[in-house]
Amino acid sequence: MLARLNVALLALLAPALSFAGDAISATEKQPLNLHAIGMFVLFVSMTLGITYWAAGRTKSASDFYTAGGGITGFQNGLAIAGDYMSAATLLGLTALVYTKGVDGYIYMIAFFAGWPIILFLMAERLRNLGKFTFADITSYRLNQSKVRTMAAVSSLTVVCFYLVAQMVGAGQLIKLLFGLDYNIALFVVGALMMVYVTFGGMVATTWVQIIKACMLLAGGTLVAVLAMSQFGFSFEKMMSQAVSLHSLGEKLLFPGTLLPDPITALSLGLGLMFGTAGLPHILMRFFTVTNAKEARKSVLYASGFVAYFFNVILLMGFAAIIIVGQNPEFFEGGQIGGKIVGGGNMIAMHLAKAVGGNLLLGFLSAVAFATILAVVSGLALAGAAAISHDIYARVIRKGKATETEELRVSRFASVGLGLVAIVLGIAFEKMNVAFMVALAFGIAASANFPVLILSMYWKGLTTRGAIIGGYSGLIAAVLLVVLSKSVWVTVLGNAQAIFPYDQPALFSMPLAFLLTYIFSKLDNSPEGNAERAMFDDQYVRAQTGFGAADASAH
Amino acid sequence: MSTNASQNAVYARIRKNPRFAELVSKRQGFATLLSVIVLTIFYGFFMVVAFNPNLIGQRLSEGSYVTVGIAAELFMFIFFWVLTAVYVKRANGEFDAITTEIIRDASKEVK
Repeated sequence: MLARLNVALLALLAPALSFAGDAISATEKQPLNLHAIGMFVLFVSMTLGITYWAAGRTKSASDFYTAGGGITGFQNGLAIAGDYMSAATLLGLTALVYTKGVDGYIYMIAFFAGWPIILFLMAERLRNLGKFTFADITSYRLNQSKVRTMAAVSSLTVVCFYLVAQMVGAGQLIKLLFGLDYNIALFVVGALMMVYVTFGGMVATTWVQIIKACMLLAGGTLVAVLAMSQFGFSFEKMMSQAVSLHSLGEKLLFPGTLLPDPITALSLGLGLMFGTAGLPHILMRFFTVTNAKEARKSVLYASGFVAYFFNVILLMGFAAIIIVGQNPEFFEGGQIGGKIVGGGNMIAMHLAKAVGGNLLLGFLSAVAFATILAVVSGLALAGAAAISHDIYARVIRKGKATETEELRVSRFASVGLGLVAIVLGIAFEKMNVAFMVALAFGIAASANFPVLILSMYWKGLTTRGAIIGGYSGLIAAVLLVVLSKSVWVTVLGNAQAIFPYDQPALFSMPLAFLLTYIFSKLDNSPEGNAERAMFDDQYVRAQTGFGAADASAH
Repeated sequence: MSTNASQNAVYARIRKNPRFAELVSKRQGFATLLSVIVLTIFYGFFMVVAFNPNLIGQRLSEGSYVTVGIAAELFMFIFFWVLTAVYVKRANGEFDAITTEIIRDASKEVK
């Protein structure tokens, strides 16, 4: 049970869809769900319409990567919230509250607390220094080829692992919700993603994300309100029933096995907080707004929506203990307390059905599918930008590629990433992919974040330090995850994990910082000195936004 | 990223402007203060979860199901968000006004 929970928790680490493999592979294909398919078709036609409209507006590289920088703070806030609130948030966290009570709430605050920090320390500098990718910032005064290559390698690693985790989860979930075959589901997701990104670029991706965020907020709120109405909207009444009916009883109100020791707690907190601040698709969203003012507003709106939704999920989880947990219809063989129909992740869906019938169930299923599509699109775009903007245009062509050439490469890259995602998704169908999410967050926190934050804050940073520190963080994160239980025991079948924690950030992130610091300090090369000298101008631009990539440059 | 000579001249002038130093120290100080508040409360709460989990399940009043943990978390969700609003308000108002002024002065002198 404990092992299973740990795997489930790792899966939940992602603000995106990824499910505990064993929880989901245990589910059978469900009968075709016509309500859900109807609503999903509606969503797809709407988003394809938007893509058609966006394609007409996507002419320059700036349009493709950052929607021409014309997204408002409010729109971007919704889109960031959309990137952050995934199907795993809706399904996984509701299930976590349902089974573990207050533990789920503790988990959610860890997800949330990174946002204020991103605002205070990063948002305005990101916008003032960045253009299309976060490597624009790290390579601002450092060696273009070396630093961009490293940023692209770690970005693509993060994107690929994340995409595969998404695709596997997507296939399983769609099989479950819509009764579609796993492989067909993967092709549908991959194909739609390629269409959105290739033709519509960031404009389409942003709007898909916004529509989905609105659907998710509306769907969750509706379910929570209908559920609360059964208790006369009284939290106390609901809780007293939940505590008396749940097998944990009073323990529902106490922290359980989620954070067994301070090291786990700290590593989880660090990984979630700074991993978020190093995810390429999240960072890219900061370049889509007009200026630092709008970048700050984006975080304000995004964190508001996220905080609101997490509290909605808390209510859904507790209400489900009574409404779903006492209804034999939702248990296999009608055995209350037995195996949940469709697996543990279906709690939110069952709750929707219990309070709103098949129509609400269909709506929420469509929301879950839309969520997957939106998140994979954002990831694919970030990956394509790393290939075309960083590797092709800056490293291979040394900045001499025309915009048309760069755009052509980015579109091929999007299609390529889509195909890779489908193929790997099929290859990994039977595998437990939870470790991939831990890996993505670990790499983001250990390879991307330290170099990014130091490049903005520390004059002493040089190329040598950044390269050594960044690659060490990358390698350390990968190694620690491989040696942890989720790969060493679950995937490779060894008896005992060598690294006892699930999240590597507490160890690999300080290592990256330390090595970057030491090797920058020891760097006395003329290049290093020239790089330090360039910090002053960069600093003024970071603080004032003067000279920042212009939103209306095209 | 190429910066041309006139842009560099503006950067040099901005650096010399005492208002720039004022802007940076004020805004950085404010951002650091807010970050420290958030991190202290957040990791403080996590340490209570790790070392004194019984406190988390303590009820605020007899017969109520609102526990210390639930109340503290709801407080964090609201308070952290309020802090972001406070920062955005001050940065987009007071700080951005100084920024605009600094850039205008520096650009004027260069021309």
